[in-house]
Amino acid sequence: MSVFIDKNTKVIVQGITGATALFHTKQMIEYGTQVVAGVTPGKGGTEVEGVAVYDTVDAAVKETGANVSVIFVPAPFAADAILEAVDAELDLAICITEHIPVLDMIKVKRYMEGKKTRLLGPNCPGLITPEECKIGIMPGYIHTKGHIGVVSRSGTLTYEAVHQLSQEGIGQSTAVGIGGDPVNGTSFIDVLKAYNEDDNTYAVIMIGEIGGTAEEEAAEWVKANMKKPVVGFIGGATAPPGKRMGHAGAIISGGKGTAEEKIRVLNECGIQVAATPSEIGETLIKVIKEEGIYEKCKTH
Amino acid sequence: MNIHEYQGKEILRKYGVSVPKGYVAFTPEEAVDAAKELGSNITVVKAQIHAGGRGKAGGVKIAKSIDDVRTYAKELLGKTLVTHQTGPEGKEIKRLLIEEGCDIKKEYYVGLVLDRATSRITLMASEEGGTEIEEVAEATPEKIFRESIDPVVGLTAYQARRIAFNINIPKELIGKTVKFMLGLYTAFVEKDCSIAEINPLVTTGEGQVMALDAKLNFDSNALYRQKDILEYRDLDEEDAKEIEASKYDLSYISLDGDIGCMVNGAGLAMATMDIIKHYGGDPANFLDVGGGATAEKVTEAFKIILSDAAVKGIFVNIFGGIMKCDVIAEGVVAAAKEVEIKVPLVVRLEGTNVDLGKKILNESGLDIVAAESMADGAQKIVELVG
Repeated sequence: MSVFIDKNTKVIVQGITGATALFHTKQMIEYGTQVVAGVTPGKGGTEVEGVAVYDTVDAAVKETGANVSVIFVPAPFAADAILEAVDAELDLAICITEHIPVLDMIKVKRYMEGKKTRLLGPNCPGLITPEECKIGIMPGYIHTKGHIGVVSRSGTLTYEAVHQLSQEGIGQSTAVGIGGDPVNGTSFIDVLKAYNEDDNTYAVIMIGEIGGTAEEEAAEWVKANMKKPVVGFIGGATAPPGKRMGHAGAIISGGKGTAEEKIRVLNECGIQVAATPSEIGETLIKVIKEEGIYEKCKTH
Repeated sequence: MNIHEYQGKEILRKYGVSVPKGYVAFTPEEAVDAAKELGSNITVVKAQIHAGGRGKAGGVKIAKSIDDVRTYAKELLGKTLVTHQTGPEGKEIKRLLIEEGCDIKKEYYVGLVLDRATSRITLMASEEGGTEIEEVAEATPEKIFRESIDPVVGLTAYQARRIAFNINIPKELIGKTVKFMLGLYTAFVEKDCSIAEINPLVTTGEGQVMALDAKLNFDSNALYRQKDILEYRDLDEEDAKEIEASKYDLSYISLDGDIGCMVNGAGLAMATMDIIKHYGGDPANFLDVGGGATAEKVTEAFKIILSDAAVKGIFVNIFGGIMKCDVIAEGVVAAAKEVEIKVPLVVRLEGTNVDLGKKILNESGLDIVAAESMADGAQKIVELVG
């Protein structure tokens, strides 16, 4: 078991003929992901990396039975690419693209109301169920199969946490990057809910950062609903106010969205927070030992 | 991206949002000419810098004669204004807005912001104008009213009307206020604003509803389709290293410390600053080289870090996903050939193509301290910088 994706997931790559998409398509296929088609308008009928290219998502899905799309389309056209994936009634659309205008995403979110498709991202690394399916840009080799769910607003910090776990012999059920934009599809709470219901996930790491209140809302949800231990980390304790720290959503404005406040709320809700990014793995191990599930989580 | 008040008012005027008549002036002579052109009894001389709190800091003067205008313009131009938003170093005043005075009856607050929880734009308004909205939210939250805007229909007249009544706009001015808010919303969406704040919105003795101040910020991700907004960019208001970095699409922010950081990914870049601080050091910058960086971009990033005289050491912390370690390594080596690196350099590489990256660095002959982990790297650079 895992969340959102597994070995049966059939993936299409939107924008497959771009250089970045090509590189990562190859990496995904090498990892064992079933990449069944690509989409680039005007390049239909060709083939790249052994994958058939179609002009439209609709045609690719009808032809291959794909249920998930990963989007590498450039920012000015990415919102439209998401709409196309939603229109094709895919289960999941993962948008890797960074720098999509906020007003475009507001429209996308409105369009998605009541629709079947779940959106992950944008501006995210994707997600991986180790040894089954990797969709996105994360380095596959750092992951190991296991029982810890990871959810994060930051790609590279997810890698950091996963790497620390794997080095300590603790595998992951699924690692999900929800992305660093202020308007995104899947939220912390959506992923936490999925981990809560997943029999194969025994504990969760939640990695947040400054800006907004998504971490606080997630912590309140954990306190009220979560049956499994959750540990956290919040990036940006030293970030100056009023400056966007790379991610469009990582900004302290009007004194709101500070790391200090988030850590306080997480602690209040029973979530232990790692003091430094290097201690995320250690903190998780400490907590699963306290909970008496360390041996169950130890995978190699 | 930020713009000046007078530029914001220029934009608003085009959308039928009423603002006082005014002109920008770069010299006392231009200020006097502007005041003569206005011909009003009272003229307001306003310092134009990208920071709030100008009034309290003495950056706004009320002139009763042309001579007053000249005196105030001379006094303000070239002066460094320190407000609660500029930091202690302040900002030099290089432009003034010369504006006609108006007979203010009452001040209100109106703002459009993104509400992240609902993924929609929210119209906020309060009858407590003139003070910062954060203070109002703290002291009298019941005096702030909100309308969540559906992007399909946009801000509707009834929503604008409801909020105008809620903040006690006089009945006879409701129509004008609704027109004001609808214009403001249209400007917001057509120009890809990230914030539009009118504080204060005023009602006047002449029965007008107008924006006495205007703060418009723009979504930097949308500037590719807002060429006219880009024209408003004032480089004098930005950090020189941040300007240089923006030419190469690098996400760079200057800080006060002495340890230069080069990191991939915004989250890791923030966390790298945090961990340097944790071990007793002080980061000189935030720098995310991004996912699609080329070796050339990495070289430029390195040069920008080295151009900061305060930098006494550099920590390169890379966990490659989309970013490949060999590209980073090539960039570091190329930069070292172009500019001599006289400060300690600690490099931690992990992720995609890590072995290739390490090989390039090892064979480069550069004096590099390799780090095994992020904590190891942070401790090493803090120690080396001392």
